Amino acid sequence: MAPLIEFRDVCKYYVMGDNTVKANDHISMTIDRGEFVAIVGQSGSGKSTCMNIIGCLDVPTSGSYLLDGTDVGSLSKPRLAEIRNKMLGFVFQQYNLLPKYNLIENVEVPLMYAGVPRGERRRRAMEALTELGLAEHVKHRPNELSGGQQQRVSIARAMVGKPPILLADEPTGALDSRTGREVLRLLKELNAAGKTVILITHDNSIAVQAKRIIRLEDGQVTYDGPADHPDAMKTREQKEAVS
Amino acid sequence: MNFFDTARLALGNIMTSKMRTFLTMLGIIIGVSAVILIVGLGNGMQIYMERSFETLGTNTIQVMILGRGSSRSVSVDQIYRIADENSDCIENVSPTVSMAGTVKIGTETLSSTSVSGVSEDYMEMKTYQLAAGRDLRYMDVKDRKAVCIVGSYIDKEYFNGSSVGKTLKVGSRKLTIIGVAEQQEDEMRSGGTDDFIYLPYTTAARYSNTGNIRSYMFTALDKDSSDKAVKAIENGLFKVFEDDRSYTVISMAQLLDTFTTMLNVMITILAIIAGISLVVGGIGIMNIMLVSVTERTREIGIRKALGAKESVIMSQFVTEAAVTSVLGGSVGILFGIALCRIATAIVTALLDVDMQVVPSAGSIAMAVGVSAGIGILFGWLPARKAANLNPIDALRYE
Repeated sequence: MAPLIEFRDVCKYYVMGDNTVKANDHISMTIDRGEFVAIVGQSGSGKSTCMNIIGCLDVPTSGSYLLDGTDVGSLSKPRLAEIRNKMLGFVFQQYNLLPKYNLIENVEVPLMYAGVPRGERRRRAMEALTELGLAEHVKHRPNELSGGQQQRVSIARAMVGKPPILLADEPTGALDSRTGREVLRLLKELNAAGKTVILITHDNSIAVQAKRIIRLEDGQVTYDGPADHPDAMKTREQKEAVS
Repeated sequence: MNFFDTARLALGNIMTSKMRTFLTMLGIIIGVSAVILIVGLGNGMQIYMERSFETLGTNTIQVMILGRGSSRSVSVDQIYRIADENSDCIENVSPTVSMAGTVKIGTETLSSTSVSGVSEDYMEMKTYQLAAGRDLRYMDVKDRKAVCIVGSYIDKEYFNGSSVGKTLKVGSRKLTIIGVAEQQEDEMRSGGTDDFIYLPYTTAARYSNTGNIRSYMFTALDKDSSDKAVKAIENGLFKVFEDDRSYTVISMAQLLDTFTTMLNVMITILAIIAGISLVVGGIGIMNIMLVSVTERTREIGIRKALGAKESVIMSQFVTEAAVTSVLGGSVGILFGIALCRIATAIVTALLDVDMQVVPSAGSIAMAVGVSAGIGILFGWLPARKAANLNPIDALRYE
């Protein structure tokens, strides 16, 4: 069986004036079903670009990205939208809930785009919110909740369509450490339940919660291995200093 | 995502900013109600005009003899012959001699009364019934009798309804009233349809020293044979004068057609001007939709990340614009109908004219169609802008 996610020599270049910024520079990696991977890097390391490509929000300049065996670079925009809807759940740093909608309506959105009938949408959204302990808040608007609660709503929204992949972009960045830990615990639970979880973060202490770490520096992979390996937390510079 | 989901989303968004939506709709409201009012006014005027012409008789044809110098003229007998020869389309004819001179009844003077010399057939041609007394007769015409028929206004206002047998004066001539016509208008007034005196045309011609009678009224068998009758009269007169500038023949049917055409042109122009405000309203919608797309850039990004296709985003915004516009159109229709009522009241009160300003079903249907069309048309550009947003940029937008 093909890996769930496969990068083959993926490059993403941005042209800015006379300069070409190599956001992703020949990245090759594979992520299998059920993994819990943290993609770590400082700002400007290319981790956001990497996430955008994994999330089908962007396509590589060269190289290919295979999602479940399909080359995403060759797909049309509507197909990409469909893949985002069916295969991927997004969790953002700023939650990105729709402020005018109550929680149940927010969680319903991906199902609506999947063409699920209204009654079933309600039921499934309610189920997802209940699972995350938000059953008594379903009629509230996002701004009536705490940050941790909002992030749980966004996890409910990401999971309601039962996608195989959960893509979390700095999910704890806007939270205090206690609620941050709670969110990480939720991600671990989801991983234990079979989801492939990809965590994008700049924070090593968050990244170690994952099973595997992929470290990016200047658009290149500088470490790819278990989270508990001694080199996992070291930057290229640090490694060079040691040797 | 089906149509109802899209419509629900659109309505939801519209309801969250009611004031803005209302102000956006205002342009459409004004445009639609103006179109409805103007078309309603046009309808009312046309109906009023047709009714007025009907009282004059749509089958009547007026003939004026201009003559060519004084050398050539046409006699009353020649005119009657034209009518007799064309009985397949002409029903009747009467000379009409209008008489100047003030009308005096006792010591009172009537200034607006119309005094006409006519034949014994005239009352029938006008389809006037007698309320009292008798009609003019051939002998009255032949013998130039000093008799007359009066309209019910004169009868009721000056003789308390018992004018038959009494006398009145036109200029210095005394006439005996032999008959009273039935009331024609709902409300009689001085100078109105019921304020007239008919006397034999021979008598009138003598009193006013008219040598040749220059004015005739024909009636066609019906409105449709009117054109044929006009041709027949023109042919008959051409044989006499051998010059088509010596007479004019005007049928009421033609006149009505001419007026209707003129009125339609005027109404169309006014409606187009009102329609311009619909376009302005549409631009208002486009403007606010563009602002809305910018404001909701982040929302669009989120929706795209969650799997919304471009077509779905597009239809969401187009629907929003169309719903705004159709809502405006609906309010505009109600407002337009109300304006028509008000206009009816004002016209009736100020001009003393029984004219109904009626909104037509056609104009309402058009207003709805146009406002929906404008919404879609002017919603298109902002919707495309929204649909084409790059999800990454949109998500990052603050």
